[in-house]
Amino acid sequence: MSRYTGVDFYNLDALFTEEELMVRDSIRQWVSDRFLPLVNEHYRAGTFPMELVPEMGELGIFGPTLPDYGGAGMNNLCYGLILQELERGDSGLRSFVSVQGSLCIYPIHAYGSEEQKEKYLPGMIAGKLIGCFGLTEPDFGSNPGGMITKAVDDGDSYILNGAKMWITNGGLCDLAVVWAKLDGRIRGFIVENGTDGFSTRDQHGKFSLRASVTSELILEDCRIPKSHILPQVEGLKGPLGCLTQARYGIAWGAIGAAQAVYHECLDYSLSRVQFSKPIAGYQLVQNKLVWMLNEITKAQFLCWRLGNMKDDGSMDFSQVSMAKRNNVWMALECARLGRDMLGANGVTDEYSVMRHMCNLESVITYEGTHDIHTLILGHKITGIPAYD
Amino acid sequence: MEILVLVKRVPATDSQIKPAADGKSYDPAGLEFVLNPYDEHAVEEALKTKAAKEGTVTVLTVGGKEAQKDLRTCLAMGADKAVLLDPGQEFDGKSLSEALAAKVKELAPEIVFCGKQSVDNDDAQIGPRLAGLLAWSCLTDAASLEIGDGTWTGQRDIEGAKEVVEGKLPAVISCSKGLNEPRYPNLKGIMAAKKKPLEEGSAELGAPALTVIALTPPPARPEPTIVGEGPDAVDALMDKLKNEAKVL
Repeated sequence: MSRYTGVDFYNLDALFTEEELMVRDSIRQWVSDRFLPLVNEHYRAGTFPMELVPEMGELGIFGPTLPDYGGAGMNNLCYGLILQELERGDSGLRSFVSVQGSLCIYPIHAYGSEEQKEKYLPGMIAGKLIGCFGLTEPDFGSNPGGMITKAVDDGDSYILNGAKMWITNGGLCDLAVVWAKLDGRIRGFIVENGTDGFSTRDQHGKFSLRASVTSELILEDCRIPKSHILPQVEGLKGPLGCLTQARYGIAWGAIGAAQAVYHECLDYSLSRVQFSKPIAGYQLVQNKLVWMLNEITKAQFLCWRLGNMKDDGSMDFSQVSMAKRNNVWMALECARLGRDMLGANGVTDEYSVMRHMCNLESVITYEGTHDIHTLILGHKITGIPAYD
Repeated sequence: MEILVLVKRVPATDSQIKPAADGKSYDPAGLEFVLNPYDEHAVEEALKTKAAKEGTVTVLTVGGKEAQKDLRTCLAMGADKAVLLDPGQEFDGKSLSEALAAKVKELAPEIVFCGKQSVDNDDAQIGPRLAGLLAWSCLTDAASLEIGDGTWTGQRDIEGAKEVVEGKLPAVISCSKGLNEPRYPNLKGIMAAKKKPLEEGSAELGAPALTVIALTPPPARPEPTIVGEGPDAVDALMDKLKNEAKVL
């Protein structure tokens, strides 16, 4: 394989600062040197490379936009570029970082008390404490507002009961941000792993995101101190605010996965000779490569603009929905096309394309399915919600 | 301890080098440039030395404006300040090391780190020439290094053996790949780099002693010959290996 240099057909690099490009290149190099040599071993075993977490903390990729508690204070373009490069490695790696940053560090920073921030954020940013995010339940996925997990006020503590499912990093976590109904209102709670009544059970049999741990969280009369409620937010806007952050990162990450696929397919098709010439010389193959390049380039501009709007404060959640919906779809289509281009070789883990393809089936499903983002956009432009 | 690191911007090692129209230099168009890989080890060793001995790390290059990017990378890794010297003319190992010696006297470091060679022209002259001009001790191709009080002990991998040498400071250390694992610029380092000083000046270059008279690509590899397939081809292959390639 030739050295990975990304995809930049429209000289988008000219729109980034030297610092933003340095961030991207540093993470790109780290993924090549440190992550990719390990990915197949973990994908086969169904494990996440926890041995890399201290390095990831040292690089500063957990909560990099925070200006305090040990964060680097970077802008959102940098954050997006980081996630793009991580997902070039594997969607499971990017998922780990999205959950830690957007779904755990973010709500504690945005909705937590000063005491909670001081207790958890420095350790989480350094990668010494791993977080997970408990929103989805076995029967409440696209409709999180229907959740049945409950919190009950009991003197100086809350008692939580319920179950959460499809929780990335669940079995690896030191703490969970759990969303539950208290007197009928959705509230966020910090539950430390090891608390009586809190347990996790890893979900097995995944064909997708295998280098990532997915678990159930079980809360059985789990008693937590009252100081563990997130005081600054009530209602569905709490978890949805987190999801907007995570979806922003996924929109960028998907570009990375698509770029990895494109790079591998271009390389393969230039060296694979069938009949009289490399398969890159045949029209059907060129059509697929051009489709990929075209869609990747459009996706890059969506994210570049989205990042600028996030930085100037004008970004709307529906714009994030458009980028997540478009970019993950295009990445999955690229991977499906690419899998085909690699013929029989494309089904083995000697190549990354089928791993990316399988991963992206999860990515197009989680953090708002493709169809739910269609409905969010439909609601936005018509004013009429198509869901209840 | 004042520490100086010499670095160079070079074409990435997987670049396809094409001779320029003058037939004496390479055409930079379309090439990706990077920090010389051996220099990354020099920067890392300087940062480790700083961590052990305190002081400041200055990173210096002779090159065009575009080398600012590589200096910023070194600053993001943790160097304290950077110096960019514009060459203004062609140079060789002699004239460059003389200009560097003048600058080293001005900056007065106690130790200078550089890569053992730059992967563009690979002449590996700068470290030893600089030490010679300064009359300093010199460790070339360093595979390990320990700095004591006014002294250093280093190890070199030589053919079939390891050589352990010691010398006195000040010293020039030319760094090899086994010496350390260069760090990645982390996000805080990248944020801090833009606030660190990057000073620009001119290199005081004299006349070079060498002149490049031609730069040509290596000869193209001959088309491979397929002598046959399967066990039937073994005799023909053995014959060619014995009598044509003469490797058996």
